[in-house]
Amino acid sequence: MPINTASLVIGLSYASLLFLVSVGLSVVFGLMRFVNLATGSLYLIGGYVAWSVARKSNSFLLALIAGAAAALVLGILIERGFLQRLHRQELLQVALTLGIAYIVQDVTRWIWGGDPLRLRPPAVFRGSMELFGSVVPTYRVALIGIGAVLAIAVWYLLERTKWGAYVRAGVDDLEMVQCLGINARRIFAVVFALGALLCGLGGALGTPVTGVAPGTDIQLQLMALIVVVLGGLGSVAGAIVASIVVALVDTMVRTFWPEASFFAVWALAAFVLIVRPQGLLGRTGW
Amino acid sequence: MLELRDVYGGYGEGFVLNGISLRVEEGQAVGLLGRNGAGKTTTMRAIMGLLPRVAGDIRLRGESLVGLPPHVICSKGITLVPQGRRIFPSLTVTENLLLGARQPRPDQRVRWTVDEIYELFPILKERGKIRGTLLSGGEQQMLTIARSLMTQPLVLLCDEPSEGLAPVMVQRVGEILQRIKRAGLSILLAEQNLDLALSVIDVAYIVEEGRIIWHGPKEELLANRDLQETYLGLRVEV
Repeated sequence: MPINTASLVIGLSYASLLFLVSVGLSVVFGLMRFVNLATGSLYLIGGYVAWSVARKSNSFLLALIAGAAAALVLGILIERGFLQRLHRQELLQVALTLGIAYIVQDVTRWIWGGDPLRLRPPAVFRGSMELFGSVVPTYRVALIGIGAVLAIAVWYLLERTKWGAYVRAGVDDLEMVQCLGINARRIFAVVFALGALLCGLGGALGTPVTGVAPGTDIQLQLMALIVVVLGGLGSVAGAIVASIVVALVDTMVRTFWPEASFFAVWALAAFVLIVRPQGLLGRTGW
Repeated sequence: MLELRDVYGGYGEGFVLNGISLRVEEGQAVGLLGRNGAGKTTTMRAIMGLLPRVAGDIRLRGESLVGLPPHVICSKGITLVPQGRRIFPSLTVTENLLLGARQPRPDQRVRWTVDEIYELFPILKERGKIRGTLLSGGEQQMLTIARSLMTQPLVLLCDEPSEGLAPVMVQRVGEILQRIKRAGLSILLAEQNLDLALSVIDVAYIVEEGRIIWHGPKEELLANRDLQETYLGLRVEV
């Protein structure tokens, strides 16, 4: 097995991006059985806006903020404008969010063109560094750090705060939460918005490594779905673990049998679904 | 305090409730009795705003509740102790207890502080840090009652609190409900366990096929063997 420091760094940095895209999807899914197939679009818009802002302002930090903010705005528009009307109507949710994904892809192609765009990492993280005897890209290492910090922050918010208890209780039993005087729709709206923000941040952070182009959205969307299925609905810890597993499997297989990498990830998801339908760390099945 | 007038309701086509009328006065405990499937739980769900279709009048202190979402109905002073307890498995005992905690209304007579709740249910303090569903069935029933009290209700809807509990725990639930009633809270209690119900309630309503077919003071129900056998399918040994 070609496991070495370099492929670990590449895999884990990819895991950071996958976590950012999938955690919102997972919690929103767990909370209201809500399928958002425009998750990849939020990543895409985050990446494109970050690219433009970075070119204009020359500030990577500003680009990150702008990318996250753009996805937040798009997320709120989707939630306020459409999804609020489609509670409990899964088929319509799938059709609608898929339609939104196509529209976003066309509009972004119209604005930014069809060629892949890449952002240069910020000056401090450019080039490479030595880690455990291997030479690895500095920005990839930074991504791992950023992903870890954000994962801990999201975990803390959901597992250790009162607001997080509302969300967890909502994933368990939404009706009962409402009977205790809590406005479930407001919780859902906030979770959806936060998830969109993280997607956009992921898109912005990912632009230096994955680049951004028409199709990036679909690729990330599919990977995020696998992460959610694998980790278990509504579980932050599950999203963390599954992001790492999916990213590492994808990276490892890619290095010794590139054509099979996508197949390997789906085969893994299928296997977990057969053995453990509720996902690695999920509590309830489908 | 709480009044239902001619309430019809159901989940899809057709009605489960076919004209329910009942009153719960302030500080009164009212029993909603009847067989499985008679419409007790559906009545509770109608009051709580959980039924997709409701027609008729449901009023709390004169204010209509029909059409309001459950969280608003809760904030007006009604809360549900649900059938099957429905403790949140991802939450600790303390998180379960405090999830819906709120300040009492200014004009509210019966109020609950966390300290009073812990005095009433010491086990919830001792075992606060473990997951709620790791409690025993009886302890979970205590937790779901306590959790509802923390929302500072004016009326407590209590759906089959004895279900699935050992006899000694059923008795304990009865004592708790009696204490809550003595504190002055209004209670609507749906029960199949007639002994438990009679130890708590003042007035009984008997439901059959979504209608109230009899109501009166509990003494009358106790004296009426026919009623007990025909509609409740059981009898109280006096």
